[in-house]
Order: sequence, then structure tokens, then C-alpha cells
Amino acid sequence: MAPRATRIVMPATAKSGEIVRVRCLIQHPMVAGSTGPTGDGTSTTARNIIHTLTVSYAGADVFRADYQPGIAANPYTAFAFRAGASGDVVFTWSEDNGAVTTATRRLNVTP
Amino acid sequence: MVRSMIDHSSATNRAQPIRRDMVARPSRRDMVAGGIAACAYAVSPLVGWTQIAVAQTVPAKPLAQFETAWAELVQGRPLATGRLTLDIPRLAESGNSVSLKVAVASPMTAADHVQRIHLLSERNPIATIGRFHLTPSSGVAEVETSIRLATTQNVRAIAEMSDGTLQTASAEVVVLLGACLDPG
Repeated sequence: MAPRATRIVMPATAKSGEIVRVRCLIQHPMVAGSTGPTGDGTSTTARNIIHTLTVSYAGADVFRADYQPGIAANPYTAFAFRAGASGDVVFTWSEDNGAVTTATRRLNVTP
Repeated sequence: MVRSMIDHSSATNRAQPIRRDMVARPSRRDMVAGGIAACAYAVSPLVGWTQIAVAQTVPAKPLAQFETAWAELVQGRPLATGRLTLDIPRLAESGNSVSLKVAVASPMTAADHVQRIHLLSERNPIATIGRFHLTPSSGVAEVETSIRLATTQNVRAIAEMSDGTLQTASAEVVVLLGACLDPG
């Protein structure tokens, strides 16, 4: 399957100690799935959602979100972290069917 | 007013050549009247809806799965309020995507920071909506996301602080068109 489209809004540079605000989104239908009878009365749809987003910055985990079917389609999350040293911010979205989507953004920190 | 529009269409059906002045064009007054009638027609169902929605603001009882999820999470610990603010619209036309922001007043130092923020809904089929893990390096305890709500209900947020205490807040959202969320 084609890699999922993701969108990340994060400043490229920051001063050391400053709060960096990040907004990220991944394209996913977030199928809540249903165990009961659906339209044709027999078929059940399996749950297929992004269940976890983890964000690491310069090697250390700074944020993690556990999603449930109650999160809207194309899960959007905004969070923040404190800028320390220049490094890569790695976003990892993992899905129910095991697929993992990652995206990396470089943050240059000026002292 | 509507009659004049109907005459307009039948006048052009006759075989004879159409002369511009013969065709009864709706005058400006008809156009304005038509417009107002159209708007009145469009608004009337909305009025009905909002009456239904307003009537629903009597908080409906939380579902059983919310009570169990809440009890599992709180485990009898005391709940404090005041430091956690839950920012969510009071009225959501469609429950498919309701934007939400949770902010906790916390210095986010190693000694005193927010460890986890839980989002729960009282009347969604699955009570837990999401959980966010923060660390002292988060700097501020502010998270935004967009959630789905099946019907008018209270959305609850709980923040677990590093010293073990719980901060909580609740907000009611009137949902006009529920999100289709029916596992089972």
C-alpha cells in the first residue's frame, strides 16, 4: 500500500530552552469497526485505526498518544516540547494491521 | 408569487415564435418574494432541529461502559479540579470531527509534571477516546486533537500528575448529527 500521507507543522529552528509547538496529522479513515450486524446483517467490519503515535526528539521520547476509535478520521494532534539540542524529531504512527508510518523533521537549536 | 412563475413556463410552450415582450418575466418584486419564500422554506427544518437539540441539554445518563472505564482509571483516588481546562465547542453540528484542546496548569518540572492525560466520553460506544503521555521535556501540558462523538454527551478529561493526584474537568457537547460509531 502506498505510504500514508502525513502533514507536520513545526518550526525549523528554535532557541535552546524554548517551547516548540508541533501540529501533526496522518491520513487514515480510522474505521471503528463493528462486531454487530451491519448493513447486510451478517458482515462485521474489523477495526482498523492508528493506535499509537510516538514522537522522539534527539533520541529521547518526548510525546506519545494512544488513539481509540473515538479519535476522528485523519487523526490530528498538536503538542509541544522544549528545545534542547539540535536533532531529528521522528514521528511514528502505528496501525492495527501492523503498518508503521514514520516522518522525520530536523530541528536546529541555536543557543 | 409561485403562480406567476408557473405561468412563465407554460407561456413559452406554445408553437408561435417567442417575442421577448410576450414572455412574462418575473418582475423584481417577484424575484425578491421568491427569495424570501425560499429562505423561509430552508430555515424551517433547522428551527425544528435546534428545538430538539436544546431539549436534549438535560444531561443524559452515562453509559455502563463509561462507568467501568472511569472506575478502572480513577481507582477510588480523589479528583481535584481547577488546573485542567478542557476547551471543546458547546455545539457540534456533526459529531464526526469535534476539535478539542486540553491544557493543564503545571510547571512540567521533574518534581511536578503531568504524566498522562486521558479523554473519556460518557455516551460513545467505546468510552475511552485517547490517552496522551507527556514528560518533563514537554515544557507545557497542552494537547489538541479532534474526536468523534456519537451523540449529545459530556466529555471528560483526567490528568494524572507525577505526584499521583488527579486533575479532572468535564464539558458538555450538544451534537446535532452523531458520528456513526457502532462497534457492536
